[in-house]
Amino acid sequence: MKPPLVKVVNLTKDYHLPRQKLFAKAPVFRALNGIDFEVARGSSFGIVGESGCGKSTLARIVMALDKPTGGEVYFEGRELFSLSTKALNALRKNFQMVFQDPYGSLNPRKKVLAIVAEPLDVLPEKLTTGRRQERVEDTLEEVGLNRRDVDKYPHEFSGGQRQRIAIARALITRPSLIVADESVSALDVSVQAQVLNLMMDLQEKYNLTYIFISHDLSVVEYVTDVVAVIYLGKIVEQGKTRDLFRMPLHPYTKTLLAAVPDIDPSKKRQRTARKEGIFTDGASGACPFQPRCREATEICGQVNPSLELKGNQRVACHHV
Amino acid sequence: MARRLVEIFTHGLKNRSFVIGGIITLLFFLIALLSYVWTPHAIENISIANKLKLPGSVYWLGTDHFGRDIFSMLIVGARNSVIVAFVAIGIGLGFGVPLGLIAAARKGWVDEFIMRFNDFTFAFPSIISAIMITAILGPGAVNSIIAIGIFNIPVFARVSRGAAQSVWKREFILAARSSGKGAFKISLEHVLPNIFSMLIVQTTIQFALGILAEAGLSYLGLGTQPPAPSWGKMLNEAQTFLYLAPQLAIYPGVAIVLTVLGLNLFGDGLRDVLDPKLRRSR
Amino acid sequence: MTLLNIQNLTVTIDTVHGPINIIEQIDLSMAAGAKLGIVGESGCGKSITALAIIGLLPDKSSLSGKILLNGENLLAFTPEEMCRVRGNRVAMIFQEPMTALNPVQTIGNQIAESLILHLKLGKKDIRDRVRQLMENVGLPVRRFPLDLYPHQLSGGQRQRVMIAMAIACEPDLLIADEPTTALDVTVQEQILDLILDLVDQSGMGLIMISHDLGVIAQTTETVVVMYTGNLFETGPTVEVFKHMAHPYTDGLFSAIPRPGISLNSKRDRLYTIPGQVPEIHLRPEGCSFADRCHRALDPCRTQAPPVVDMGKNHVAWCFNPLDRN
Repeated sequence: MKPPLVKVVNLTKDYHLPRQKLFAKAPVFRALNGIDFEVARGSSFGIVGESGCGKSTLARIVMALDKPTGGEVYFEGRELFSLSTKALNALRKNFQMVFQDPYGSLNPRKKVLAIVAEPLDVLPEKLTTGRRQERVEDTLEEVGLNRRDVDKYPHEFSGGQRQRIAIARALITRPSLIVADESVSALDVSVQAQVLNLMMDLQEKYNLTYIFISHDLSVVEYVTDVVAVIYLGKIVEQGKTRDLFRMPLHPYTKTLLAAVPDIDPSKKRQRTARKEGIFTDGASGACPFQPRCREATEICGQVNPSLELKGNQRVACHHV
Repeated sequence: MARRLVEIFTHGLKNRSFVIGGIITLLFFLIALLSYVWTPHAIENISIANKLKLPGSVYWLGTDHFGRDIFSMLIVGARNSVIVAFVAIGIGLGFGVPLGLIAAARKGWVDEFIMRFNDFTFAFPSIISAIMITAILGPGAVNSIIAIGIFNIPVFARVSRGAAQSVWKREFILAARSSGKGAFKISLEHVLPNIFSMLIVQTTIQFALGILAEAGLSYLGLGTQPPAPSWGKMLNEAQTFLYLAPQLAIYPGVAIVLTVLGLNLFGDGLRDVLDPKLRRSR
Repeated sequence: MTLLNIQNLTVTIDTVHGPINIIEQIDLSMAAGAKLGIVGESGCGKSITALAIIGLLPDKSSLSGKILLNGENLLAFTPEEMCRVRGNRVAMIFQEPMTALNPVQTIGNQIAESLILHLKLGKKDIRDRVRQLMENVGLPVRRFPLDLYPHQLSGGQRQRVMIAMAIACEPDLLIADEPTTALDVTVQEQILDLILDLVDQSGMGLIMISHDLGVIAQTTETVVVMYTGNLFETGPTVEVFKHMAHPYTDGLFSAIPRPGISLNSKRDRLYTIPGQVPEIHLRPEGCSFADRCHRALDPCRTQAPPVVDMGKNHVAWCFNPLDRN
C-alpha cells in the first residue's frame, strides 16, 4: 500500500476571541476539532462545508501558512511543523495553492512574468533570466494563455484568465500537491467549466494530487474521488465521492445535498421541517450538529460521536 | 512605469485641485531653484538709504528695513524652506517607513514596541521639543532639520503601518508566503509598492507642514540663521514695523500661505487621482 | 392585468470608448403575481435591467423605450415621482447584505425607513409593523430585538432584514438581484423558501435574477436568458429548461457539472463554450454569440438574429435554434 502524500492527524486549531471583561480569560473558539484524513498520491480529495466550518483554516494549516494548536500534518512522510523554517521552505516547491479570488490573489502592481515566476525565485537554485522567462512562458501555454502575456498586468485579464495565471503560478515548480481553495467559486459557469477541465488535464499530465475545497457540491462531486464533509471543525462524513453523493449517511450531509436547488423545474423541492439551531463551536462535548438535527436524541447532546466506518463511508453519528 | 506616470498626469489634468495645487507647487520649486543661479539683487546688499521702499521697477516688491530687496529674499528663503523641509521629510521617510513596515510584518511585541515609541514621540509637543533640541544643539538650519525630521518619523511610521497591515491581509500576500517568501522580501516587493501612492500623498502633506515648521522655528530665531534669509525670520523682523510698513509682514506671510495651500491642494488632487484609478477591476 | 411591461428598452452608457448600448432593445412583460427569472453570466445586463426598472442607473446613462408599471411609464416620471415608487411600489433586494445594510444604524430603524417615508403612520404603528415584518421574515423579536446592528447578525439573517425592508410597504413588484449568491446552500434554501412564501401570500410579482440555473428552476415560472445586453431566449421555465432552443442556453446547461457525468474512472470533460464573453465595447456585429457558437451560420455574423417562435410562448432569437427534442 503506497504511503499517502498527505496525512493529517488529530488537527486542532483554537482562536482567541477578544476578552468580554477586563479580567476574564479570553474566550477560545475551536475552529478545528480533531481532523484526521489521508490523501493518496494522484487522487483528488474534496473538502466540503459551509462558512464557518473551518475549511479555509484547514487549507492554511495544510499549506503550513498557519500553525495548528494541536495535531500533525505529514507531507511525503515528513511532519511539517517539526521542520526548521529553512527545511520547510525548501519543501514548499512541492505543494502550492490556488486561491479563490482571481482579483485579489495576484499583485496588481506586478507583471505576469514576476507573478508566475515568484515560486521559482524563492528556490535556492536560481535560473538565468532567459531560462526563467522561458519556463514562465511554457507554463502559461500549458494553462491556455499566450506566451506574450508575460508582459501584461493582472487587470488586463478576465476573471477566468486570472485564475489560469494563478494556476500557472502554482504549477511552475512542478509540485506534487495543489490545494485549490474555492478556486472556481468566483467564476461564471462557462468559465468554471474551462478551468475545471484545465485542472483535470493537468492532473492527468503531471500526476497531480488535489485537495479541492469548495462549498459547491456539484463541482466537488465532479472533480473529486474522495470527499470529506466538515461541520463546525469536525469531519462528519467521509468516503468515496460516488458513494457519498449517492447514499449520504450523516444527517448534515443529507441536509446539504437536499438543499441544492434542482435544475429541473418540474421537480419542485419538498419542504422539510427545519430545526432552528444555535451556533456553537465544536469545543463542547456534544455532537456539533445536534442543535439542528431532526434525528437527535439525548446521547447526541452528551457525547461527540467519533468517525467510524459504517457501510461505505466513515460517519460521525450515533444514529447510523 | 513611465506609462503610469503619463496616465496619472492625464487624469490629474481633469482634477482641479491637482492642477491648481500643482501649478503653485511647481512655481514654488522652480523659484527656489532659480535662486541658485540668479536673484534680482544680492541679498547681502544692505543699503540703508534704500530702506522701506515701495514696489517699483528696481525693487519689485520693495525693500525691507535694511534696504534689502524683498523679492530676492523671498526666493532665497524659498530655497531654504525647501531644503529644510525636503531633508526633514527624507529623515521621516527613511526611518519611519521601515519602522512601519517592520511593525506590520512582525506584529507581536515588535509592533507594540514600535508603536509605543511612536506614542512617546507624539507625546512631546513638537514645537517645544524642537526648541529644546535646537537649544541643546544650537540654532541653525541643520539642527532644525533634525528637529523637524524627528517628528516626521512617527507620522510616517504610523501611516505606513496602517496601510501595510491592510495589504498583508490580501490574498496575493498569502500566495507569496506559500511560495516560501520571507516577511522581509514580501514587505519590500509586495507591500511597499502597494502603499506607495498613499506615501506620496502623505509626503506632500508633511512637506507643507515642514515648511510651516521651518518658518515657525526661524521666526523664533532657532532655524536658518542670518544672513541666510528665511520666511520665518522675515516675519519676525517685520513685527517691529507692523504699523509703519505692514508689507514687510504680508509678503512672507502670503508666501507661506500660498505655498502651504498649493502643496495641500496638490496632495488632495493627487490622492483623488491615485486611489480609484489604481483599483481597476474588470 | 400586466404588472410590468418593458418595451424596446435601450440603456446607453458613456464610457471611455464612447457611448455604448449595454442593453439593446429588450421587451419583457409579466402579469401581477408572476415570477420571472433573468439568467445570464457576468456582463449580460441582468442587474442593469433591474436598476433600470427601479430607476437607479448611474447618471451618465440614458434610456430609451418604455417601462410600464401597471400602465404608467416609469421612464417619464420625474425624480420625485420615482422616489415615491421606490420602496413603495417596486422594491429590490441585493446580493451583499453586509454592504447593502447601513452598519451604523439599527435594523429596526432601517426597516422603518421606508415605512416612515411612504406611509404616514404614527410611531407606535410603525413599531408594530416593524415587529410584524420581522416575524414574517423569520426573525422573532424576542430573539432579535430591533436595536441590533447588522454586524450582530449572520449573513442569512441580514438578508432576511433586507427582505423585511423591501416588503415593508407591500410593493407590487419585488426584484431580487442574486439574493442568495453570497449565502451558504442551506441558508439559501431557507431564504428562497421565504421569498416564495412572501410572494405567494401577498400576490406581488417577483423578478429573480441569478446566474444559478437551479435557483431559477425552483423559483420562477417564466425565464429570460440574456447575453451582452440582448435577449436570447424567453419562455415558461419548464419549457426553456427542458427544450432549450438557443445554443447559448444549451451551452450553459452543458457546462454545469452534474451527477452521473463521471461514470468512468477517467473523467469526461465538461462541455465548455469556447472563448469568453466579449467586452461590452467589443461586441461583434450580428449575433454577439456567433464566434463562440458551434451552430453559427453566415447570417449570424452580420445580421441581428430573428425572433423564432418555439410554441407555448417559448421564443428564441436565433438563426439556427435547436430543434424541440
